[in-house]
Amino acid sequence: MPNNLSSKKASKQLGRICIQEADFSVDEQYQKLRTAHPAQNGAICTFVGLVRDFGDKDGVTGMFLEHYPGMTEHSLQLIIDQAAERWRLHDVSIIHRVGELKLSEQIVFVGVSSAHRADAFAACEFIMDYLKADAPFWKKECNEQGSEWVDAKQSDQDRAKKWSK
Amino acid sequence: MKILFFASLRERLNTEEEQWQDLNGALTAGDVLTQLQTRGEPWSSSLNTERLLVSVNQEIASLNTNISLGDELAFFPPVTGG
Repeated sequence: MPNNLSSKKASKQLGRICIQEADFSVDEQYQKLRTAHPAQNGAICTFVGLVRDFGDKDGVTGMFLEHYPGMTEHSLQLIIDQAAERWRLHDVSIIHRVGELKLSEQIVFVGVSSAHRADAFAACEFIMDYLKADAPFWKKECNEQGSEWVDAKQSDQDRAKKWSK
Repeated sequence: MKILFFASLRERLNTEEEQWQDLNGALTAGDVLTQLQTRGEPWSSSLNTERLLVSVNQEIASLNTNISLGDELAFFPPVTGG
């Protein structure tokens, strides 16, 4: 079993999950991760996903994000728990925005702190890969012609599956 | 039983949620789906897809998953977050 700091604390689940319409500050999130375990942290890895101008079609001007309240948080906690079983993590933070988002806005934040960079890098990628494959969010891309729901990509399922090899 | 629909499915059915007071003999999530499909359009074509996911009490389930009147079911397309 990994020597996970938080798994030793009875019934205290690792990590913070926030589904919100509001934007977030990467620096604020980073400082929270940094100060939570100041003497033990050796590495913090963060990922931010952004709205870009192409998706299933070119000319994307923004998007609308929908989710399944309750199941989303539950599914993200399961992903954090699986990451914490696999790597030695001190803390995890996931923020996912929903609602209307404009071009270049921030969509998602994943931050992981650990004693070692290898654990932080791997856990951050693992959490993002499973978030894309399993968490109940749906994107609708908007362009000048209107808006269309994004098709799920096999490549996203494949990226998550590679972790089970 | 509460049944929820999300994203493109919610729009095509023009329905977010419905409440069933009676399971009408449905024992599994698949039985519920079959009953919804027999309503005619847009239900039959929108729900007749291999790319339909189902959850029971907010956990991914299969069409063979047993259900009861107090459950929350949801049908939705493959997820596209991140």
